[in-house]
Amino acid sequence: MAPYIGTATSRIDGIAKVTGAAKYAAEFNVPGLLHGSVVTSTIAKGRITRLDTSAAMRVKGVIDVLTHENRPPMADNDQAYKDDVAPPGSPFRPLYDDKIKFNLQPIALVVAETSEVARFAASLVTVEYEEVAHVTDIFAARDAAVPIKPPASPVGFTPPKARGQPNRALARAAVRHEGEYYVPIEHHNPMELYGATVIHESDGKLTVYDKTQGVQNVQRYLCGVFGMKPEGVRVLSPFVGGAFGSGLRPQFEAVLAVLAARALERSVRVVLTRPQMYALGYRPAMVQRIALGADADGTLDAIAHDAVTATSQFEEYFRQETGWSGLLYKCANAKYEHKLARLDLPTSCDMRAPSAPTALFALESAMDELAVALELDPLELRLRCYSERDQNHDRPFSSKALRECYRQGAEAFGWNKRNGAPRSMRDGSELVGWGMATGIWEALQMPITVRIALTANGSAEVACATSDIGTGTYTIMAQVAADMLGLPLENISIKLGDSTLPNSPVEGGSWIAASVSNGIATTVAAVRNELLELAKKVPNSPLANAAPDEVKLADGMIVDERDGSRSVSIADAMRHGGVERIEQEETTNPTADDSRARNTHSAVFAEVKIDEEIGVIRVTRVVSAIAGGRVLNTKTASSQILGSVVWGIGMALHEETLIDHKLGRVMNANIAEYHVPVNADVHDIKVIFVHEHDDSNPLGVKGLGEIGIIGVAPAIANAVYHATGKRVRDLPITLDKLHP
Amino acid sequence: MIGFQYARAGDVTDAVRLMAGDPRAKFVAGGTNLIDLMKMDVERPSMVIDINRLPLKEVEEVPGGGLRIGALVRNTDLAYNALVEERYPVLASALLAGATQQLRNMASTGGNLLQRTRCHYFYDTATPCNKREPGSGCSAIGGQNRMHAILGASDACIAVHPSDMCVAMAMLEAMVRVTGASGERAIPFAEFHRLPGETPERDTNLSAGEIITAVELPPRGFATNYTYLKIRDRLSYAFALVSVAAGLELEGGTIKEGHFALGGIAHKPWRDPQAEAALRGQPANAKTFALAADIFLRDAEGYEHNAFKIDLARRCIMRALSQAAAGTPQSQSSKKIV
Ligand SMILES: Cc1cc2nc3c(=O)[nH]c(=O)nc-3n(C[C@H](O)[C@H](O)[C@H](O)COP(=O)(O)OP(=O)(O)OC[C@H]3O[C@@H](n4cnc5c(N)ncnc54)[C@H](O)[C@@H]3O)c2cc1C
Ligand code: SF4
Repeated sequence: MAPYIGTATSRIDGIAKVTGAAKYAAEFNVPGLLHGSVVTSTIAKGRITRLDTSAAMRVKGVIDVLTHENRPPMADNDQAYKDDVAPPGSPFRPLYDDKIKFNLQPIALVVAETSEVARFAASLVTVEYEEVAHVTDIFAARDAAVPIKPPASPVGFTPPKARGQPNRALARAAVRHEGEYYVPIEHHNPMELYGATVIHESDGKLTVYDKTQGVQNVQRYLCGVFGMKPEGVRVLSPFVGGAFGSGLRPQFEAVLAVLAARALERSVRVVLTRPQMYALGYRPAMVQRIALGADADGTLDAIAHDAVTATSQFEEYFRQETGWSGLLYKCANAKYEHKLARLDLPTSCDMRAPSAPTALFALESAMDELAVALELDPLELRLRCYSERDQNHDRPFSSKALRECYRQGAEAFGWNKRNGAPRSMRDGSELVGWGMATGIWEALQMPITVRIALTANGSAEVACATSDIGTGTYTIMAQVAADMLGLPLENISIKLGDSTLPNSPVEGGSWIAASVSNGIATTVAAVRNELLELAKKVPNSPLANAAPDEVKLADGMIVDERDGSRSVSIADAMRHGGVERIEQEETTNPTADDSRARNTHSAVFAEVKIDEEIGVIRVTRVVSAIAGGRVLNTKTASSQILGSVVWGIGMALHEETLIDHKLGRVMNANIAEYHVPVNADVHDIKVIFVHEHDDSNPLGVKGLGEIGIIGVAPAIANAVYHATGKRVRDLPITLDKLHP
Repeated sequence: MIGFQYARAGDVTDAVRLMAGDPRAKFVAGGTNLIDLMKMDVERPSMVIDINRLPLKEVEEVPGGGLRIGALVRNTDLAYNALVEERYPVLASALLAGATQQLRNMASTGGNLLQRTRCHYFYDTATPCNKREPGSGCSAIGGQNRMHAILGASDACIAVHPSDMCVAMAMLEAMVRVTGASGERAIPFAEFHRLPGETPERDTNLSAGEIITAVELPPRGFATNYTYLKIRDRLSYAFALVSVAAGLELEGGTIKEGHFALGGIAHKPWRDPQAEAALRGQPANAKTFALAADIFLRDAEGYEHNAFKIDLARRCIMRALSQAAAGTPQSQSSKKIV
């Protein structure tokens, strides 16, 4: 299936992006647009006793100040606020009442003629509170943490059942390791600020440009919150400047902008400030205990993984954090305990590969510690514990080329030259450390609907309500459609990010590439069938006896696959049939087959160089070998992995949301002080895609948006140990943690 | 945006006159600090006096061998100035350790001296902070204080001065030239920045209405044996946890004169004459450096999150002095600690 799938095709939206032609949610303008500035709470918990907006109202150019006291009606039941991916609980309702549930909570919206006036006036709103004691520290809430309940919701996760006799296996193990690992709260910090432009159309309908990973999710949610009819609200998000999970759930900028647009019957834009972005979701802090027991030869015999993760007081967000441990390695005995600590913060949420980077930081650090205890090469330990089956559900994998990741990754890295003893490798004044870790993620596919409109001149429009959050969805959709329709890439146009388009799930979970590419394949088949019917009617048609699955579309022709000389051009078939345009819309459901586990895997190798006296850490090399099924576009795919590795470096060494627990407030709420890696922190990164054939879906696609970050932080932490002999079990690994 | 007046000064006299007319006015040079603070509602000047047209953009030699740096010389221009590179390479190095290229292109010499602390609480008007709002309390004590002071702090404020440039200037014993309504004066660098004491709202000893016109460097530049070593939480674009500007004059293996100043650890670039006295006449070796470091840090005190800085500072002093002694200054492009 040439010539586009599997190639390094540049982004079809690249030029629009670099020239600024690509418009983001806060860049759509209409005459008379009003601007909203959000006022946020300065306490973490309590009640608003007085809200004085009079000074703000007096500012010239201010149109209104909306608060819980004067806002128009909003739904009064939790169900209305439940979006497609809401966790169990009672979702936050912006400007609903006087209750304060977290610091930086939106409590008023100042609407003015310019954003500057709105922002100034917002600073004049005075608020009095009745404060209640809060807790924002997971360590303070840890003892009160409660076990998760298997969720009723479809997006929930059930922790796997224990297997074997883990307690006995641990007790009898020849070699045991037990440790506690901590990962702090991290924020997504996408480059683009959350913003929504709501256009109040002359017929009273709303057109909402929102930064989101799911336009239809936002549309349904807004209909629920405001009791609007679906026809009355259209949500668009043609381009998204990064979201990483923060935009899976509808965010409050959209609610506030719609609230104001409805109250004032005007078009309104609301853009959050960078500090206000810290009032959105976050990767939950997690305290984990891992216990491993092994035979002297490195056979893993017991795994116990306990986790406490942070959520809000009003919703129960969690993923399968503990389950990864029993899935990744062969081990007859396993048990898990997963608890939730309720904090006075917004609800935690999905952030790139939710749960896995955190869980695998613990598991893969623990495996490294076990390897040390066994005096075994850490890679060799992984190979001895290699699992051919998903033991959590006792089933095989649909494909698993992890062994090949280990082999190719180790070879590219030069792992066999590693001296296993800590502090044994040096480069002048620097200690050199080599560490490795495994990554695992899900290969999911979701129901999706794709519409294709083909015109007789050989151009096609492919439409689906999915988003492109920067991952390259536009491009892979065009590649797949071009190959399958047998048309040049330039003849394909992509429509996405619009709630009126055919149904798509939110773009998350690395599932869009698999879902939309196979969705395109299904719809192309319907287009092909219609074309074949037309082709058969051409006089003396060479395809008169061909069955649909015997023909393909190539080079603008309908071609008999058994005999390439039998063909009819698309143009002829359509012209002869008097058809100018063929339009097909099909829904593709993933296979319902649960008998096999579907996962992507990775092997990550990292080199660090650490100044022995001062502890400055440099990550000088990373090799990431990925088994992720078919790679649709080697360029955008490796960009996904590169970006993930950089993020993994940040997770290992830099990232931490600093909360003042007395104030219950994030103190480094800006990207000068919330550190992510800068160029100087990033050196050689090599990405390898190992061959992996998977037949779970016709295209063999698994998805690559998230697997790249998993395993990076533990590989670096393990390298730090190898370099220094010092084990750091709490992230980020700042240099002071290396000092005695 | 909060309403404020804007005025453009044509010359120093004009600037001083404009300032004298409005005690709540502020000068703006590169704007990289002031504008941020205005956006965050931390600074609320009634008038912003743009001094970017003042003729203070030259780096000139002064009779007797020093250098005079105009207050509006941009950090980038200063870092790559041939005379600075040749005679005061420690200053060039410190400048390049700060911020980013884009910020350095805007940042001025005068503005860098007067940049305000990066204490998280100072920037967040929802929190108590004595420096921003005298008498409201210090949130950093008992709060997030990883970046805070280990020397010279008070119960009122434990913030640090964030500049890199100033650390080198302190080490070089620069002189700050200022002009006010009552004329010109020169302030020795060591007396320019203040300790917080009971008045943390005052960062410096600049009097109301005074403008910085220049910084003068004395002839001694330590151009052979020097270093600027900056340690931070990522390899670039972060403020110092600890930084050291060091310069030595050696005679054989003996230290004739040695200066070192630290950044990131106090409300001002920190020098200690006693610690430097411990270098004078001593062999340039680890033992000497350790003794000097111990003297330097004898009164150091840590808080909940920053106590590590005491040990880190000790290691950095020793490393910086040995870099200087060996004539192998820290590179600001390769982040490998030499
Ligand atoms: C994200 C970020 C990272 C940074 N990282 C670093 C770093 O690592 N190291 C470092 O050293 N710095 C760093 N900086 C700070 C930067 O160096 C300062 O912002 C800059 O030097 C200030 O100079 P300016 O000309 O822009 O000052 P302005 O913002 O224009 O002014 C600052 C203050 O000085 C006053 N002022 C300016 N000129 C004069 C004058 N001639 N006379 C009297 N008063 C005057 C102003 O009134 C104002 O109060 C960083 C800044 C940012 C935003
Ligand atoms: S250390 Fe100083 S600047 Fe920081 S909160 Fe305390 S008083 Fe304010």
